[in-house]
Amino acid sequence: MRRVAVVGVGKTAFGAFPDRDLRSLAVEAGEKALRDANVKPGGVEAFYLGNFAGPSFIGQNHLAPYVGAGLGISGVPATRFEAACASSGAAFFHAWSAVAAGIYDVVLVGGVEKMTSQPTPRVAEILAGAGDMSGEMRAGATFPALFAMIARRHMYQYGTTREQLAAVAVKNHANGAKNPLAHMRKTITVEQALAGKPVAEPLTVYDCSLVSDGAAAVVPVPLERAAEFTGKPVAVLGISQTSDRVALDEKEDITTLRAVRSSAEKAYKMAEVTAADIQFAEVHDCFTIAEILSCEDLGFVKKGEGGLYAQSGATCLRGERPVNASGGLKSKGHPVGATGVAQICDVAVQIRGEAGDLQVARNEIGLAQNLGGSGATSVVTILGAAR
Amino acid sequence: MTNGTVYTETVVWSPPEMYVNDAPYQIAIVDLGDRRVTARILGERVAIGDAVEFVESRNEVPHFRKVS
Repeated sequence: MRRVAVVGVGKTAFGAFPDRDLRSLAVEAGEKALRDANVKPGGVEAFYLGNFAGPSFIGQNHLAPYVGAGLGISGVPATRFEAACASSGAAFFHAWSAVAAGIYDVVLVGGVEKMTSQPTPRVAEILAGAGDMSGEMRAGATFPALFAMIARRHMYQYGTTREQLAAVAVKNHANGAKNPLAHMRKTITVEQALAGKPVAEPLTVYDCSLVSDGAAAVVPVPLERAAEFTGKPVAVLGISQTSDRVALDEKEDITTLRAVRSSAEKAYKMAEVTAADIQFAEVHDCFTIAEILSCEDLGFVKKGEGGLYAQSGATCLRGERPVNASGGLKSKGHPVGATGVAQICDVAVQIRGEAGDLQVARNEIGLAQNLGGSGATSVVTILGAAR
Repeated sequence: MTNGTVYTETVVWSPPEMYVNDAPYQIAIVDLGDRRVTARILGERVAIGDAVEFVESRNEVPHFRKVS
């Protein structure tokens, strides 16, 4: 198996863009990544596109060749990957697999979602398709409701508090306020977060990530060829994608994201590191409770201690292990199909030392964790400076 | 369906399109011993650990209420 490096990254701003369509966003991100890697569209050997629900949000199927043509990519495999909110994490994992296996040398991986053209109840219904439509969703659950039920159980079992959930939101907004590409660039206080409008108790609007438009793209190549493309290659040290049951009511213990745990274990093993070696991370904070669970299941702290960890300051930008220095899904925004690749961009930019006001102090080894549904897909990617 | 215990619950304030007229409503994962189901709660609000009884199935959705 060959080692793989990311040699190009590109992101659009995340936000609500009524004058931008899905293809223009995906093309913008793809062009930025190709330019960053000094690759012309004709040099792309395969195009992997992560997208969760383009057919429902905008009525367009067959998205990978549709976007690919806009980029000038044709005559090569162009395929859309769908794994709920882990769609582009999954696209990246499969692109990595093909490059590592020696099938392709230069591939483009994109992720895109155009969500804001639909009213909130319709968005909730489309997103619900990432859950079990025959059971939990028919009963009236939504994604906020599923994570609210996880939060309630975590509070019951481990004493996690509303203030600890709010600490995640306050931190991520503080970071996102400094991110020029973030959807919601404003700081909030714990008091504001606690007084937010209820979405699904105990979660308020301040516990929920944003409904956003946006796209991201990266160019992976074999590490041995990376110097042909960039002076700052970022190595994929470890990566894994794993699955679990879709329905929350079929999971034995809903306070553990089993797929996060298994994908992290495999990625750590491949990278020959432990959780203690991870200096910073972008984790999937679709809801504040999800960041708490992820920090536990990635092994940063013991099960049940994620709330205290969030409150301790350890995960702040200047803390011992910054988590979501980008602002996370909470503040940066969550165009669901773009999120996995956007996290990889954010970690790679940190390793390149190009994160500006959001630069973390220790940036040799970082982790991106992308979650689908209430935990049925997890992709964990460990990146480091290529030596 | 039989009686069970509330494993976890939430009150939904921001509903999906098909239930916009129902909100706010409570849903719960009810532990039936050999399995769990996601159900609607009728009447009084319930909390984790509360005993609930099966009332009826509407549109294939089980409805439970607190055992008084």
